[in-house]
Amino acid sequence: MSDSAREQAAQTPEIAAEPGWLKDKWARFLDSDIYYSFKRSPVTIVAFTLVVLLMLGALVGPWIAPQNPHDPAQLNLMDGFTAPFAENQFTGNFYLLGTDDQGRDLFSAILYGLRISLIVGIVSVLFAGVLGVTLGLVAGFFGGWIDTLIMRIADIQLTFPSILIAMLIYGVARGLVPVDMRDEAAIYILIVSIGLSEWVQFARTVRGATLVEREKEYVQAARLIGLGRGPIMLRHVLPNVMGPVLVIATIGLALAIIAEATLSFLGVGAPPTQPSLGTLIRIGQDFLFSGEWWIILFPSMTLLVLALSVNLLGDWLRDVLNPKLR
Amino acid sequence: MLAFIIRRVGQAVIVLFTVGLVAFAIFRFMGDPVENMLGQEATVADRAALIERLGLNDPIPIQYLRFVGGALQGEFGISYRLGRPVSELIVERLPATLELAMVSALFALAFGVMLGVYTGIRRDGFLANVIMSSSLIGVSLPTFLIGILLIWIFAVEFGWLPSFGRGETVTLFGFWESVLFTVSGLKSLILPAITLGLYQMTLIMRLVRSEMLEVLRTDYIRFARARGLRRQAIYFTHALKNTLVPVITVTGLQLGSIIAFAIITETVFQWPGVGLLFINAISFVDIPVMAAYLLLVGAVFVTINLIVDLLYFAIDPRVRFDSPGKGA
Repeated sequence: MSDSAREQAAQTPEIAAEPGWLKDKWARFLDSDIYYSFKRSPVTIVAFTLVVLLMLGALVGPWIAPQNPHDPAQLNLMDGFTAPFAENQFTGNFYLLGTDDQGRDLFSAILYGLRISLIVGIVSVLFAGVLGVTLGLVAGFFGGWIDTLIMRIADIQLTFPSILIAMLIYGVARGLVPVDMRDEAAIYILIVSIGLSEWVQFARTVRGATLVEREKEYVQAARLIGLGRGPIMLRHVLPNVMGPVLVIATIGLALAIIAEATLSFLGVGAPPTQPSLGTLIRIGQDFLFSGEWWIILFPSMTLLVLALSVNLLGDWLRDVLNPKLR
Repeated sequence: MLAFIIRRVGQAVIVLFTVGLVAFAIFRFMGDPVENMLGQEATVADRAALIERLGLNDPIPIQYLRFVGGALQGEFGISYRLGRPVSELIVERLPATLELAMVSALFALAFGVMLGVYTGIRRDGFLANVIMSSSLIGVSLPTFLIGILLIWIFAVEFGWLPSFGRGETVTLFGFWESVLFTVSGLKSLILPAITLGLYQMTLIMRLVRSEMLEVLRTDYIRFARARGLRRQAIYFTHALKNTLVPVITVTGLQLGSIIAFAIITETVFQWPGVGLLFINAISFVDIPVMAAYLLLVGAVFVTINLIVDLLYFAIDPRVRFDSPGKGA
């Protein structure tokens, strides 16, 4: 059989199977180790369901929330301090999770806050991931002084806890932004500071994996057929180092969500005009002493459930993708 | 040995130099120090005089050297927000943070080792499983939530312990305001110390547990059992001792984290330490305080890392002989 005939024979069934491509992938997924392990771990199923629910809640929040908590026109001061699961004693209005001092529905505030928390968390992990993977790939693939430079910076940064780095970058970035724009820019500053504080993990892992992959035969083969360094890195090495990256990204998401909440709680994060879960907890702390426990409890629970579920997912993923544990 | 120490100290100096450079860049290029120090009615001549006095026209490397020289003598400039020398502010607040950090670290070490040994020995026990599961929650719980939870339970509901501040202090050596010698001081130290140390405690506990499990599986422990040694002797003298090298490393490295996370605990409990000073500096873009804190924390971290590395070297002979090209 000539080469072209063989190629055609190989291609024909693929074309025929084109409509069933997605189905095929799905069947392969159902048959995979990952799904098998997922099915057998009830904790992971619960964690996954919770994460999906919270993400959905954040996604459709503005449409399912009973009110827009940041529109003063929709707030009724008479509804202030309504207890959860009960009607307000003056107006008779019902709020599922109660209201704060200004009559703001907590359920709506949490949905909106969850949005900010998740957006900041996800985007900063993406940022850290792209930056870290790129630098790690470059460092591992090229070696030499560029490797030394990147890894020295990583080492120095790793000397300090990431939350401290994030605070510092936040402070510096805040100083660089004009005073009247600080509130609008706060979310972006937050993303940049958390992203820059977490890239090291990605870079170190990817560098290590790249050093191993670089010496393998398929890379030599790719070199032999005359591929440039760029395509080899992107098309051949990168896909093979992505497994651990997924694990780091998941655990990193939990860390980023907690970092964001911490910064916002400390008052150096999301601005009061766009409160995240951390900001809500910060506000709620004032009412803890006067007995309005629900203002702080529900945002804290949401944050805890979110962080814990993402963490559990990350742990599970790490175990599944670790060949030593199979 | 000497080569190892020299290389390690060299690395520390490079890190410190970089941190100093960052601190200097923040100090010099962020915002306009002249603008911040002069009022709005300052004339051009005033400006020029101040620029001359601060030496802002000198070449940058000379300014950097002057900055480092000043920092070494405890000169960090004047806080924009409070209008007082930064060094004075830090000296005033450092004892509070150090006491908190030390007590937290001791708490974490003592309870971490204890619980770690227990969960390691009673691997499948009910209580050990409860401890292990709750430690997972403890790790996922952000520091500030732990603090709030403790305040809620022990300060608001039961009213046993104060929820903020340091209580009464005793002045030692003329400047060190200590809470360790008054009842109200000690009481107000309990909640922040637990909040700050809890994460490190779970970390040490898990580490001790996994190390114990590993060590208990080894032949020499089996041999000790066969010899009929008492169980306490096996667990504590033979097993625990051999788990301590990584424990010391982790505890040492975590000491730095404790000082950094003190920022959060101090905010929750309004504990008047350097962390609270730093957070306020960030909110108000008080650059001299930020730069000074960075230098201070940088120095603390580098010193701790250096000491831990050298200790490791002293404790674990493998580090000494594994490194190629030199003997002990």
